[in-house]
Amino acid sequence: MKKNSKQDLLWIYRKMKTSRYFEERMEKAYLEGKQPVFNIGAGPVPGEMHLSNGQEPAAASMIVNLTKDDTVTATHRPHHQAIAKGVDLKKMTAEIFGKKTGLGKGKGGHMHLFDPIVKFSCGGIVGAGIPHAVGAALANKKKGTDRVAVAFIGEGAVNSGAFHESMNLAALWNLPLVVVVEDNSWGISVSKKNSTCVPTNDVRAAAYGIKGYGVRDNDPLKMYEVSKEAVERARKGEGPSIIEIETYRYLGHFQGDPELYRPKDEVSKLRAKDPIERLKKYLLEETLASEEDLRVLDQEIMKEVDNAYEFAINSAYPEPEEALEDVFV
Amino acid sequence: MPFDRTRMTINYLTMEATKQITRKLTGSKAMAQALEQEMNRDKNIFIMGEDVGKYGGIFGSTTGLYEKFGQERIMDTPISETGFIGAAIGAAAEGLRPIVELMFVDFHGVVMDQIYNHMAKIPYMSGGSVKLPIVLLTAVGGGYSDAAQHSQTLYASFGHLPGMKVVAPTFPNDIKGMLISAIRDDNPVVFMFHKTLQGLGWMDQLDASLGPVPEEVYTTPLDKAKVVREGKDVTIVGVQMMTVEALKAADKLVERGIDAEVIDLRSIKPIDKETLLKSVAKTGRMVVVDEDYYSYGITAEVSAIVASEGFKHLKAPIARLAIPDVPIPYSRVLEKYVIPDANDIINAVENMVTY
Repeated sequence: MKKNSKQDLLWIYRKMKTSRYFEERMEKAYLEGKQPVFNIGAGPVPGEMHLSNGQEPAAASMIVNLTKDDTVTATHRPHHQAIAKGVDLKKMTAEIFGKKTGLGKGKGGHMHLFDPIVKFSCGGIVGAGIPHAVGAALANKKKGTDRVAVAFIGEGAVNSGAFHESMNLAALWNLPLVVVVEDNSWGISVSKKNSTCVPTNDVRAAAYGIKGYGVRDNDPLKMYEVSKEAVERARKGEGPSIIEIETYRYLGHFQGDPELYRPKDEVSKLRAKDPIERLKKYLLEETLASEEDLRVLDQEIMKEVDNAYEFAINSAYPEPEEALEDVFV
Repeated sequence: MPFDRTRMTINYLTMEATKQITRKLTGSKAMAQALEQEMNRDKNIFIMGEDVGKYGGIFGSTTGLYEKFGQERIMDTPISETGFIGAAIGAAAEGLRPIVELMFVDFHGVVMDQIYNHMAKIPYMSGGSVKLPIVLLTAVGGGYSDAAQHSQTLYASFGHLPGMKVVAPTFPNDIKGMLISAIRDDNPVVFMFHKTLQGLGWMDQLDASLGPVPEEVYTTPLDKAKVVREGKDVTIVGVQMMTVEALKAADKLVERGIDAEVIDLRSIKPIDKETLLKSVAKTGRMVVVDEDYYSYGITAEVSAIVASEGFKHLKAPIARLAIPDVPIPYSRVLEKYVIPDANDIINAVENMVTY
């Protein structure tokens, strides 16, 4: 997709920034109508809200290696993955606001975003997207294409049956599949230490006779390098792989999560190592971009996101009776 | 012995404490109290589930229990429902009394084999020689825009399958009493609690989610519906939030000269035919309202019971209000349209009385 590393790294930076700015606006939009008393069902964006601030490298540094025709299945925390995959930002935002112009005409909401044009889907059931990615990879192989499928999951999903069944199938059939495990250390309130019998999940690849990669400390550059290799292997028919990236969850599991289960200083420590700032520093040091270039880029990003919010906010709600449509196509 | 007034007073108060203290509790506090009291009584009881430990259950069902009983008896699990709910079956067969929480009933999809092919059938297939005293706690219900995979009740999906008792109490008093009964029952019991009726600070605040709960240990039958408002003109049958909406509707119907009786079904399986038939014999009219899907659901079951066994009492066709066979949509306007409410009930009743 991108010719060289400089382009790729700028692309990753752009997507990470877009995602971060999108989520920061969403944090505010979500709180509208929910203050001073928080009520999950109130305001212009009701329901659960899982934001991805801090987890951007997992998505951007992987998806830079994909094309529009490669498939991505994502999680209940899907915005960074959707933005990197090129999901229509206006329609995605409108969906999250429950508008008629949204990707699912207001029926899906933030956990259920579907954009078949860029082959993106996500869902609210942990681990459920993995077999879908297996199916997409199977279809790619049957059709004789070199397209790949990438399943994004959290570290919690690795303990679901769906993961193991899917990995065995993918390995057995030598499918062009990459599973990206976003290890943000927490399955809601349960720490990885208390949910997972091995320290890292890349080692589980051995159980399926496939390749496993580990990326430490939310490193966007290392994630890029490793993903590139995994995707190339899949494209060449060399089989599936698992990448686990240690990433950071800056916010609660959902907005409104009291987070009494984690140390108070955990997030400030993580924020001090922010991956976007680290990549920015790298771009400047390696003279891949100037301060001015990045300032201009940031302006473009903000404009794009602001436009999406404006589109969503100004769009109409569906008519009530539209609830009855689309059960069957 | 000299007359000791102080001591007498203390004794009197102690007696009060054990017998008559009643506090207003939320649904979630009533649950936690029932669990705590039963766990104190029986060392074989333990709880497994996602975020039931320090978090206290996403919907507050195990609040404070981790601090009291520790991680040996309040076990946080990985996201492995087939594993830990299946493990409850194995542990129950060994004589323990596991309580497991399926965080949202919507997640049944990943574990239904264990629930329905095993938990529900092993006692029968073994000719009664294997007992599975399991309580499966699960949160149900929508109304807060949590969309298609986190808002269902699925009362009927569970009620349809033989081998499990399925209960869905509405008010804190019943929540406590029925949970204690469920724990003491030697059969698998699916105990559905409605998120909005838990009285959680971060959801809609409803009067119905706070109610008097005796501190003493008591049981409430698992197979009895409850008339929560007596009336003579029409019977409205609801479960959980639909009972709350039915009561709201009944209050408004008074202004129109209609005296509605409201039945809180409480038990999905077994269903209390007697209370339903007795009521319709009095009123001659029935509206069944359900926060589950329309087809093959509670509204169909209750209607079929009344049509087969109480037909002679009916003065008008039974009205059925339920989610019109669509997944629960996200957008507030769409969700509000598909979940029945007091206005829908009032309309149904008004159409019926002019029949």
